[in-house]
Amino acid sequence: MDDIQEILEDFLLEAFELIEQIDQDLVELENNPEDLELLNRIFRVAHTVKGSSSFLNFDVLTKLTHHMEDVLNKARKGELKIEPQIMDVVLESIDMMKELLEAIRDNGNDTEIGMDISDICSRLDKISQGQELISVEKPVENELELEEVNNTENSETKQTKEDEEEIDYSNMSDDEVEAEIERLLAEKKEEKKKKKAKKEETNSVVKKPQEQKTKAVVKKATKTPVKKQAVSTIEQTIRVEVKRLDHLMNLIGELVLGKNRLLKIYDDVEERYEGEKFLEELNQVVSSVSLVTTDLQIAVMKTRMLPVAKVFNKFPRMVRDLSRELGKSIELKITGEETELDKSIVEEIGDPLVHIIRNSCDHGIEDGETRLLKGKMETGTIDLKAYHEGNNIVIEIVDDGKGLDPDMLRSKSLEKGIINEREADTMSDKEAFMLIFKPGFSTAATVTNVSGRGVGMDVVKTNIEKLNGIIDVDSEMDKGAIIKLKIPLTLAIIQALLVGVQEEFYAIPLASVLETVRIPLDEIYTIEGKNVLRLRDEVLSLVRLSDIFGVEKVYENNEHAYVVVIGLAESKLGIIVDTLVGQEEIVIKSMGDYLKGIDGIAGATIRGDGRVTLIVDVAALMDLAKNINIDIKASSKSVARVKESASDYCVLVVDDSKMDRNIMKKAMSPMGISVVEATNGQEALNTIKSGDHNFDAILIDIEMPRMDGYTLASEIRKYSKYKHLPLIAVTSRTSKSDRLRGVESGMSEYITKPYSPEYLESVVRKNIKLTVE
Amino acid sequence: MNEQLDKVLQKQQKQINEPEQVIEDVVQLVGFIIGDEEYAIPILSIQEIIKPIEYTRVPQVPDYIMGVFNLRGDVIPLINLRKKFNLEFEKQTDDTRYIVLKGENNIAGFMIDRLTQAIRIKKDRIDPPPETILSDTGLIYGIGKQKDNMITILKVEALLKRDF
Repeated sequence: MDDIQEILEDFLLEAFELIEQIDQDLVELENNPEDLELLNRIFRVAHTVKGSSSFLNFDVLTKLTHHMEDVLNKARKGELKIEPQIMDVVLESIDMMKELLEAIRDNGNDTEIGMDISDICSRLDKISQGQELISVEKPVENELELEEVNNTENSETKQTKEDEEEIDYSNMSDDEVEAEIERLLAEKKEEKKKKKAKKEETNSVVKKPQEQKTKAVVKKATKTPVKKQAVSTIEQTIRVEVKRLDHLMNLIGELVLGKNRLLKIYDDVEERYEGEKFLEELNQVVSSVSLVTTDLQIAVMKTRMLPVAKVFNKFPRMVRDLSRELGKSIELKITGEETELDKSIVEEIGDPLVHIIRNSCDHGIEDGETRLLKGKMETGTIDLKAYHEGNNIVIEIVDDGKGLDPDMLRSKSLEKGIINEREADTMSDKEAFMLIFKPGFSTAATVTNVSGRGVGMDVVKTNIEKLNGIIDVDSEMDKGAIIKLKIPLTLAIIQALLVGVQEEFYAIPLASVLETVRIPLDEIYTIEGKNVLRLRDEVLSLVRLSDIFGVEKVYENNEHAYVVVIGLAESKLGIIVDTLVGQEEIVIKSMGDYLKGIDGIAGATIRGDGRVTLIVDVAALMDLAKNINIDIKASSKSVARVKESASDYCVLVVDDSKMDRNIMKKAMSPMGISVVEATNGQEALNTIKSGDHNFDAILIDIEMPRMDGYTLASEIRKYSKYKHLPLIAVTSRTSKSDRLRGVESGMSEYITKPYSPEYLESVVRKNIKLTVE
Repeated sequence: MNEQLDKVLQKQQKQINEPEQVIEDVVQLVGFIIGDEEYAIPILSIQEIIKPIEYTRVPQVPDYIMGVFNLRGDVIPLINLRKKFNLEFEKQTDDTRYIVLKGENNIAGFMIDRLTQAIRIKKDRIDPPPETILSDTGLIYGIGKQKDNMITILKVEALLKRDF
């Protein structure tokens, strides 16, 4: 039983591979009906499927393929000219064959779905008989066998095997079947041996293959070399479960995180031990590890890559069917189908492309007469291109049809209430083109079988956005339209822009970031409660990331703001953040079922310092931004808490000696400000973190147990809200290098011991800007 | 020799057939304090207990979800049980711990005020929750009766269930 199962699996695998190619071949065939090579290839598919299915007792499939074979056999012998009508029937029969194969894969037999093939069979028969009544089936097949025998040895063995397979197995008993299987398996082995022997022969004897080649050339152009190549490539590939690759990808993700962490640690170490000898060595190790990790990541990514041909292959057939259905003459040109993409993305882009191409056929390309009137070629062309551009793949769908009419688009969407009148007036042509992606939008006057329901293009947009892709549309009236899809190469590891908002960090996928600008707050205008910015010729709406995510406000913004301009499909949005951290390669991690699908958050990543950073979901962010009406300019002007008396000011004194602390306290007592004490750096840091006090300045001794003053200062400076907090070093270390280190670690003032109480008081007073007495 | 072997085999067979039943009726729990109450969770559903580490706030979620933290490369949600039980939020202390609970397909960290002890309790000493406090959320598995006090045993699946 296992043997049969194995054979069945092999059969299905082979059949589906063959079928994938056959669609394209058939459409090509229609353009070159005389191409013998193509015809032979197609014939072989039908023949192989027929042979194997009869062996496996799939009667329905056998019957269908048998009739197909008849027609194709006539065609390849030149007795039948392939015309569109005939092709329709052939294509239809191939569709049914596919359906049957799928049924076999799912149910294990071809009868359960109860497909009726008698109609198609009779039509196929009509084709094969209607044209050539004299020829009888049997002799035809014999002739064919003779011809095949004349080909190469390879096909000879295949043929004999197939001949044997055509024995009627249905009448055999189980035992007989088993015996038969064993015999076939033995035969297969034998065949393999033969093949091997033949290969050796070709290697050792030079003359013979040459002879063979010439023979083959006479028969069938370049057959032999192609075959030989095929044999060698088959041996060089293995099938791997996708699950294993996914696991590998996850592990690489971990490695990338580790690498980021290592780089971060190296940076820290470099700062602290500048000039030390071991740094050089560490540097070498770190860079080689990071290099290898990057290479490894690329290598694994490549194993998951599939050529877009996988998706593109079905389009020639689709366009052909559509053009016949619509009565237009359309040619599809495909370039760059070898361009590779991550498997998961290849699976996702199929549907959007179907919609776009259908749309181009239906709305874009005009019918023949109109085209001739406009002085164009009667046959319309659709170019489907794929190419790499940086870390993205670009798929372009270009048609030479009537193009998009921006005015018509505007009035239509106005009619349907998708936009309002003012929007219509201010809308640029480019924005108008983007209207086609709005849900419920359709320009087709009548709903046809092909399109016009206003669903398709909306799906395109959502699917592409899901992949973090960008859509761009360009068009010129009567010249045609270009739709450009820009999609990142892989989903698991992405480039991101890290931004800081108050004390929080977020990662924005770089694919959606168009640019970043720094603007003074004065340039922000308010229109109907919405904040906008004039950026070059465009008006860009603005929103603060902190408003969307409700980030706790811990410090005041200054006069300038960083704007990250994000773009997704047609829309653009400016996001105001407080800091730009930089570009980083991040690994997308899921947050588990518990936190799945939170608005505005696409996932999380772990940064070099081990902290979790959330990844922004750009599409959701744009939606969330619509509901926010906060006047940015006004709210950022709101002043800090007013200090009414001197005791509202608070200073932290960090010193391990009680006496020193008392001296400082005494010196500051005339000002009447509050003083909090800490005995070492660690304690001070905890006090600051706890948020119990709002310090206006910190006096720091350098020499302290547990954490010294320098470290404390640099730790404090890590918090953006303490970027401008005065840190005053009070120490007896007076050398120039000590002062330099103080500056480096972020100290703002340096008081050397001994000092006069008045001096300390004046320095503190100056730094905390004490205004009330 | 053969007899000896038989005996050993028989003994092994017996062990396979009747695994130590004594353990069966005893549940091991980990007790902890939230607010003024002592609660417990079956030890088998606890992956680990860690000291508080830094977490990242997650926006757009209920306030009892404090955020996410990094547990050796995994991003795990952190839930504040004080908030979940509608108690006042309190600052972390030295006793604060995260209990990482693992369910069938979910994992989350829970912030608790302080650990108490590991408890062994016989199954027949656990009563179902009294109907008066049988709330809609159904977080309580039962009430464990001990010599001198009572302990609320929480239902892990309910804790790990997303309810927003």
